[in-house]
Amino acid sequence: MSDIQEVNLGELTHLVSPRALTGETMLLNMGPQHPATHGVLRLLLELDGEIIITCIPDIGFLHTGVEKNMEAKTYQKAEVMSDRLDYLNPIGNNLVYCLAVEKLAELDVPPRAQALRVILAELQRISSHLLWLGTSALDLAAMSVFLYGMREREIILDIFELVSGARMMTTYVRPGGLWRDVPVEFEKAVRDFLALMPRRLAEYDALLTKNTIFLERTRNIGVISGEDAVRYGLSGPVLRGSGVAHDLRKDAPYSGYEQYDFNIPTQTAGDIYARYLVRVQEMHESLKIVRQALDNLPYGPVRSNNRKFVPPPRSELGTSMEAVIHHFKLWTEGFSVPRGAVYVATESPRGELGVYLESDGGPKPYRIHFNTPTFANLQALPLMVRKAFVADVVGVIGSIDIVLGDADR
Amino acid sequence: MDAHNQPIAALFVNRFGAQAAEFRGELTLTLPADQAPAAALVARDELGCNLLLTATAVDYWPQQSPRFHVIYQLRSLKTNCVLRLCVPLNGNAPVMPTLEGIYPNANWKEREIWDMFGIRFEGHSDLRRIILPADWEGHPLRKDYPLGYEEPQFTFNFDEIRLHKPRGEE
Amino acid sequence: MGLEQKTGNLGVVTVKLEDAINWSRTNSMWPMLFGLACCAIEMMAAQAANYDMSRFGMELMRASPRQSDLMIVAGRVSRKMAPVLRQLYDQMPDPKWVIAMGDCASCGGVFNNYAIVQGVDEVVPVDIYVAGCPPRPEGLINGVMALHEKVKREKLKDWA
Repeated sequence: MSDIQEVNLGELTHLVSPRALTGETMLLNMGPQHPATHGVLRLLLELDGEIIITCIPDIGFLHTGVEKNMEAKTYQKAEVMSDRLDYLNPIGNNLVYCLAVEKLAELDVPPRAQALRVILAELQRISSHLLWLGTSALDLAAMSVFLYGMREREIILDIFELVSGARMMTTYVRPGGLWRDVPVEFEKAVRDFLALMPRRLAEYDALLTKNTIFLERTRNIGVISGEDAVRYGLSGPVLRGSGVAHDLRKDAPYSGYEQYDFNIPTQTAGDIYARYLVRVQEMHESLKIVRQALDNLPYGPVRSNNRKFVPPPRSELGTSMEAVIHHFKLWTEGFSVPRGAVYVATESPRGELGVYLESDGGPKPYRIHFNTPTFANLQALPLMVRKAFVADVVGVIGSIDIVLGDADR
Repeated sequence: MDAHNQPIAALFVNRFGAQAAEFRGELTLTLPADQAPAAALVARDELGCNLLLTATAVDYWPQQSPRFHVIYQLRSLKTNCVLRLCVPLNGNAPVMPTLEGIYPNANWKEREIWDMFGIRFEGHSDLRRIILPADWEGHPLRKDYPLGYEEPQFTFNFDEIRLHKPRGEE
Repeated sequence: MGLEQKTGNLGVVTVKLEDAINWSRTNSMWPMLFGLACCAIEMMAAQAANYDMSRFGMELMRASPRQSDLMIVAGRVSRKMAPVLRQLYDQMPDPKWVIAMGDCASCGGVFNNYAIVQGVDEVVPVDIYVAGCPPRPEGLINGVMALHEKVKREKLKDWA
């Protein structure tokens, strides 16, 4: 096993200022194991006292080789790996993967499945934002918000467990629809949650939004302008906090989002506080979407009828020969998708999550590439922390909302 | 071809000799490597495609020509048009000019393509490995690189695998 | 420690001291923050109010390896991270224990490829393996309690 690589200043000379080479400024390693980097991110900070001159991010400590591993598995088996990329948004990852497969295979999705997908994706968005709120407030020393946020998150995870059997990595969204229909207790559980949340969100608001310490630590820190955000290809709340109103749920709607009435919260300041306000408002909007989707939930099947891609129900296997053959082919060989390439993007809690899927006509994805929001958003970190204090780096990382499984794949 | 894709395709075919193809409503323009920066500049300035969404590559080994396709996916915020630029490359150590001057976020994405596929980008400011350790040999996403999986231990090969598996000690 | 050499073979006293020391070690074992991936979220959920781990003595999670006893490797360990893991393990003072939480830490999990270390016991010696992908917080607490049972059976000579 190799040793830890020492930082070879020789290969980084083009990135640090000339004062570092003479020892006038200090190179500090904010290492992969750190309580406030939200995962295994390594930052090399060049410091002049406490002011940061350059910041060089070093990612790859969670590289999982998902893209290569998915090429060796059939489409159904590869979906299991997609859950574990952005591990705070597994339903969203499944959704974008299934949308790509469905677009390539021209598979239909029944309206009930689309509405349920929307409900689950928005609940996942709320749970991801609650965790973000808890951990980024924890970094800024507001510890009780963490415990309150996890309390609400447990309720959402209970709903996921009710529906699919697993709290986090559900693999519930499958090509053609969903794995199976939701149980009867689902509606009551979601309605109870919807009744409870506005009060709780008001509690978090009262704790943080007008808190002097929070304002001092977040106002005018980590600022990025709208044009810079677009040039660097940022997306999600980071982009909307800088004034650019771009949300894929409105601009390129998928899975029936065009039927629901909701707003896109935008702020213009571009600092940590603006992104905080955007995400808190997004939680309110998600509650609106879930309520509308639940009120208008259509009846019907939750999975497509196309037996070439969707396995037949078990009851049919006793009576129909074609069902047995389809079942056999799907379980041994998997389904084959026509040749071609597609790019499908959805709005994850962190930004634009896209899948580039290319198929050669076989049962395994020939090339699958995930365009993940964290990889794109981390590029702007050096820009945001220039001339800030070391203590601000922690706040900025929290506000970009990074999940390293996303960045390293 | 879709109505809104036709004028875009015509523009690139006439100016750069590109080949335009449409699949499931998405437009793909295949260009030679030296035309790619100029075409991206046209896409950004004239068509308003100001977001580079992703840049990736596909390996078609053992087919050698073209062996790689480098894919750039562009989106315009105002008109919502989505374009794909595809650059075919040959051989084992291909080179192509970088798009970093036009889209600054191509920096990390091209580093990732270098890391995973071994495609060099001329003019890139900082081409080094980003996701794998700096002393890694090989480019994993190429099709001739093995997956590197470990044999699952069953009863018949349990001892054999245990001999070769490293074990951490105090 | 060398207590046995200092006190000699006094029989009853040594055994009771052992019990007392093991009891104090189990009841205030501080884990080190080593959450890597998805299992880290379930570890945080186990630490939060619903499945409280501080009732088992794990009140704080120390970020510094010099101040912690237990390393819960929560998540997949990539080849780039493995030397870092080993260095952190070496920096922890004795007595120290390792729990491999989740399938990826125990055996490589879903990911059987070039990039993931197939089981963290290739790098550090592991005491308890907790299965699950990710294991429920109750599963992690079960693993912690199994570790407590293991520690209570330890002898003084093990860490002397």
